[in-house]
Amino acid sequence: MIEFKNVTMVYDQGNRALENVSLKIDDGEFVFLVGPSGSGKSTIIRLLTAELEPTSGSISVNGYQLDRIKSRQIPYLRRTVGVIFQDFRLIENKTVFDNVAFSMRVVGASNKQIKKRVPYVLDLVGLENRGRRYPTELSGGEQQRVAIARALVNNPSMIIADEPTGNLDPVRSYEIMMLLERINALGTTVVVVTHERELVNRFTKRVIAIDEGNVINDGMDGYYINEEN
Amino acid sequence: MTEWTGTISMKRIRKLGYLFKEGVRNMFTHGFMSFAAICVTVACLVIIGSFSSILYNLSRMVKTLERENQITAFIDDSYDEQTAKTVETAIRRLDNIREANFVSRKEAGRRFIEQQGGGEAYQGIDEKTFSDRVVITLEDNSKMAETVALVEQIHGVDHVNAREELAEGFTTLQRVLNIASAAIILILLIVSLFMISNTIKLAMYDRRDEIGIMKMVGATNRFIRFPYMVEGFLIGVIAAALAFFIDWGIYNLIAKQIQNVDALKLFDIVPFSKLLLPMIATFGAAGLFVGIFGSVMSIRKFLDV
Repeated sequence: MIEFKNVTMVYDQGNRALENVSLKIDDGEFVFLVGPSGSGKSTIIRLLTAELEPTSGSISVNGYQLDRIKSRQIPYLRRTVGVIFQDFRLIENKTVFDNVAFSMRVVGASNKQIKKRVPYVLDLVGLENRGRRYPTELSGGEQQRVAIARALVNNPSMIIADEPTGNLDPVRSYEIMMLLERINALGTTVVVVTHERELVNRFTKRVIAIDEGNVINDGMDGYYINEEN
Repeated sequence: MTEWTGTISMKRIRKLGYLFKEGVRNMFTHGFMSFAAICVTVACLVIIGSFSSILYNLSRMVKTLERENQITAFIDDSYDEQTAKTVETAIRRLDNIREANFVSRKEAGRRFIEQQGGGEAYQGIDEKTFSDRVVITLEDNSKMAETVALVEQIHGVDHVNAREELAEGFTTLQRVLNIASAAIILILLIVSLFMISNTIKLAMYDRRDEIGIMKMVGATNRFIRFPYMVEGFLIGVIAAALAFFIDWGIYNLIAKQIQNVDALKLFDIVPFSKLLLPMIATFGAAGLFVGIFGSVMSIRKFLDV
């Protein structure tokens, strides 16, 4: 579960990224976080992964109180949140299998557990035959699937996808969204940050719209749909 | 969340094994940067090793010269040889005495004539012209004045001949050499650490994305740091071994050259075999220190994600 209560974020240079934001995302929800560039979406993600500390207000993620989290607790918070990025962020000199297995190594899983779990997750994202390939040998859509598999492999309660389709063509983008929807149907909370209006409009999901550091709309009909109507 | 089986300690052992393998693998996957780090470390260690061995030899030569600066205690002429020898025993009991050897007036006369080339003009000299004496070598020449005073107090010692100003000169020279060696080695170590740390920093910069990914999937700082420490350790060990053998070669080559030149034969170069253990210990420690410390220092800023 994510809960922001009156969160304000001001960067060192004085730039106010978020202004008194309050929002709540329950377990098992699928939420689009939308808004133009510089609206504060990325700041929300960085706050959710404890990369940043809020200037004021409180943030709760999966039971961790982020406004007063200790540095040594941050890795354990991050293990409960799978993060997917626009640029995939795969380790190029590791195979697809090793990239996914890497997340399990971090939590001290045995080889036996890794050998059982990684093929299962690769199968789930449609990459059952790509385990021995290196990221550079894959298409953009496939690389993003590897990133999703890596985010999923430790069975986190939440997936945060930061512009996951930003580098993909419309067909691959739709496929990735369908995959995230499937993952959500299995019980994982999914938060997708995007500014792709058409893609958001193809799904009937909760949309939280951010602009100039404020939540300007939050509903099932979605901000962009309202704007078009 | 998945329930992982196995105890915490098994997990730790598995993690350590994995991290060690990762460290070894990293060294090869980032071959060029590892090669650069090894080369820089070898260069620094070779320079430090060469300086240290030069300074060690110089210091040893000064010590040898210092030892030649003996003091002589002349024994009262009224003493017969048997009684005079008791003075030698009394001197030996004092502190700061390395050696004390009794020289009879007869022996002193013989040595004098020998020093003069054994010329006939000296053959008739009466041995009574000379006194019985004890030739003394000190442990520490900087305490010569105190020791001379003690020797003078011994019953039967008529007077003492000591070149205190020469001893002071040697002591000062030795002190200057020690300070200069320490300063040069310290400066070289700092420069080496700076160069090695920068090379490793470059290697880390090359891998900042990888470190960012590790942090994002929930790796602890310790988990991230360990393979780099293993890598630093290996780079340090390899560099230390290479530098040791290079220094060994250079040292023997120079020693051989010095022995081949007549004018330089005065210099008594210590054989490398005598420096083997201290060199191995110093190179090993320096290699490990710069390798591990350099890695840990360089990775710090990349861990702040």
